[in-house]
Amino acid sequence: MKRREVRWSDLLFFNSLRALALLIILVFISIFVFLYISSAETFNTIGWKFFILQDWSTNGGRFGALAFIYGTVLSSLIAILLATPVSVGSALFLTEIGPRVLRRPVQMLIELLAAIPSVVYGLWAIFVLAPFVKDHIQPVLRGMTPGLELFQGPPFGLGLFTSGLVLAIMITPTITAICVEVFRSIPLIYREGAKALGATTWETIRLAVLGPGLAGIFSAVILGLGRAMGETMAVTMVIGNRADISASLFSPAATMSSVIANEYGEASAGLHLSSLSAIGLTLLLVSMVVNGFARVVIWRVTRGAR
Amino acid sequence: MVQKELVLSIKDLHAGFGSAEIVKGISMDIHRQDLVALIGPSGCGKSTFLRCLNRLHEETEGAWVRGKAELFQQDLYERGADPVEIRSKIGMVFQKPNPFPSMSIYDNVAAGLTIRGIKKRSYVADVVEYCLKQAALWEEVKDKLKAPGTSLSGGQQQRLCIARTLAINPPVILMDEPTSALDPISTAKIEELITELRKQVTIIIVTHNMQQAARISDKTAFFLLGELIEYGATSEVFTTPREKKTESYITGRFG
Ligand SMILES: Nc1ncnc2c1ncn2[C@@H]1O[C@H](COP(=O)(O)OP(=O)(O)O)[C@@H](O)[C@H]1O
Ligand SMILES: [Mg+2]
Repeated sequence: MKRREVRWSDLLFFNSLRALALLIILVFISIFVFLYISSAETFNTIGWKFFILQDWSTNGGRFGALAFIYGTVLSSLIAILLATPVSVGSALFLTEIGPRVLRRPVQMLIELLAAIPSVVYGLWAIFVLAPFVKDHIQPVLRGMTPGLELFQGPPFGLGLFTSGLVLAIMITPTITAICVEVFRSIPLIYREGAKALGATTWETIRLAVLGPGLAGIFSAVILGLGRAMGETMAVTMVIGNRADISASLFSPAATMSSVIANEYGEASAGLHLSSLSAIGLTLLLVSMVVNGFARVVIWRVTRGAR
Repeated sequence: MVQKELVLSIKDLHAGFGSAEIVKGISMDIHRQDLVALIGPSGCGKSTFLRCLNRLHEETEGAWVRGKAELFQQDLYERGADPVEIRSKIGMVFQKPNPFPSMSIYDNVAAGLTIRGIKKRSYVADVVEYCLKQAALWEEVKDKLKAPGTSLSGGQQQRLCIARTLAINPPVILMDEPTSALDPISTAKIEELITELRKQVTIIIVTHNMQQAARISDKTAFFLLGELIEYGATSEVFTTPREKKTESYITGRFG
C-alpha cells in the first residue's frame, strides 16, 4: 500500500515539473509569435532595410532601427567596460586581498546595491549623476582629448555616456557577486602552489585565481551585458531619447528598450506600432545571439582549462 | 666522517591555530643532501611543521608560529624576513598534484621564472627542458608541451609539479605526502625521481607510508602529538629505535 503512495507523489512531482517546463516553452514561443505577427507590417513595407535605416520619424512615417541598435550596443559596451574592472577588483578584494573583517560588510553593501529598484537608480541618475557628468566628467574628458569627436558636444548631462555609467553601477553588484562565487570555488591548492613558488599576492592572483577563473569571469560579464542590454527604466530616464547616431558619447540618444518604453503607450496602430514590435523582436534576437556567443566562448575557454 | 654543511636548523619551533598548539617545540638540524622523512600518525602536526619551513603556515587564518627556523644561519622568522623570497629558496610539492589549471605544461614549469621577470625565450626553454628531464617527464611530454598541465595523469601531474619546483632551483624541497594520491606505479616513479634528486637538493618528505620512508630516506623523524619523539639515521630508527613510542608506531601498534 505504502509503495503505491510514494509512486503517486513521484508521478505528481514529475508531471508538475514537466508541465512547468512546457509552460516556459509555451511562453517563449508565444512571445516570439506575438512579436513576429505584430511586426509583420514593418517587415512587409520596409523589409530587412529596417535594421540599417537610421531615420525614425513618427510624423514622417519613416522607421528604422539602426539608431536604437547603436544606442543599446554602445551604452551596454560602456557599461561593461566600466563595470568589469571594478567588479573583478571588488571580487578580488572580497576573496583575496581585503582584510577579513572588511569582507562581510563590503559584501553586504554590494548586495544592497543589487536590491535597489531601477527606477530609483534612474531618479538618482537624473538628479545627481547627470549633473556630475555635465559639470565634471565631460569637461575633463574633453579637455584631455582636444579634437576627439567622441567627447565633444554641448554638455547636457544626458546621453549615452551617462546611461552607460548608470548601467555600469547597476550591473556591478551582479558581476561582483558571481566573480566572488567563482573565485571562492577555485581550490586553495592552486594558490598555495603559486605561493610556494615565491609568488607575491598579485602573482598568486594572476596564476591561481584569474587564470582558473577566466571562464567564470567571462560568464559573469556576459550576464551583466545581458542585463545592461535589456535594462529599460533607468536608461530611458537619462539617455535623452533622441533617435540619433552621434559621434559624441555625450549627446542624447535612445536604445531599443527606451524607445519602446517611451512610445508604445502613444503609438496608434499601423506602421509605428508595428515598428516598435519589430524593435522588440530585434532586441530579443540580439540578446539571444549575445548569449549564444557567450556560451560558445565559455565552452571553449573551459575546455582549454580542463 | 666529515660533517656536511648545515642547511636547516630548527630551534624550539612552536606553531598552531588560535588557541590550539599543533607543533610543540621542535628542534632539529638538517644537513646538505639529507633526505629526511617525517613519519607519525595523521593529525600529529607533520604538515603544519613542514609548512612552517617555507612560511606557508601563516597564510591560514588564525595561524601562529613561535621559535626559530634557520636556513643557512638566517632565521626565516626574523623581523623583516620576506616570505616571498624564502619560498623561492624552499620549494614545496603538495599531496594533491596542483599544476595551474589554466596553463600549459610548458607554462607551468616556466611559471616560477616568469614571476621573477625572467622572460628570455631561449633561456626559459632550456630551463623547462632541463627540469622536465630532471623530473623524468620530458620523454612523455616533449611533443605536447602546449597541452594543458591538467591533461596529464595524476602521476605525471605530480612530476610536473616537481619540475615546476626545480625550475626555481631551490636548495631545499619540502614534500608533503607527494605520493599518497597516486597509484603504485606512479609512486615508484616518484620515489626513483626523489632518490635521483637528493644528489643535489636537500629534501624533507612527509610520508604516511613507512616502507617508503625506509626505502628512500637516510634520516627519519618520528612525530607524535606535535612533538619530535625520535630523529636519527633511518636504518637505526627502523631497526633499533631508542624510544618505546617509536617502536610501537613502527611495529604498527598505533596510528
Ligand atoms: N586551519 C586549521 N585550523 C585549526 N586546526 C587545524 C587547521 N588545519 C589543521 N588543523 C589541525 O592541526 C592538526 C595537525 O594537522 P596536520 O599538521 O595536517 O597533521 P598531519 O600532517 O601530521 O596529518 C590536526 O589535528 C588538525 O585538526
Ligand atoms: Mg598532513
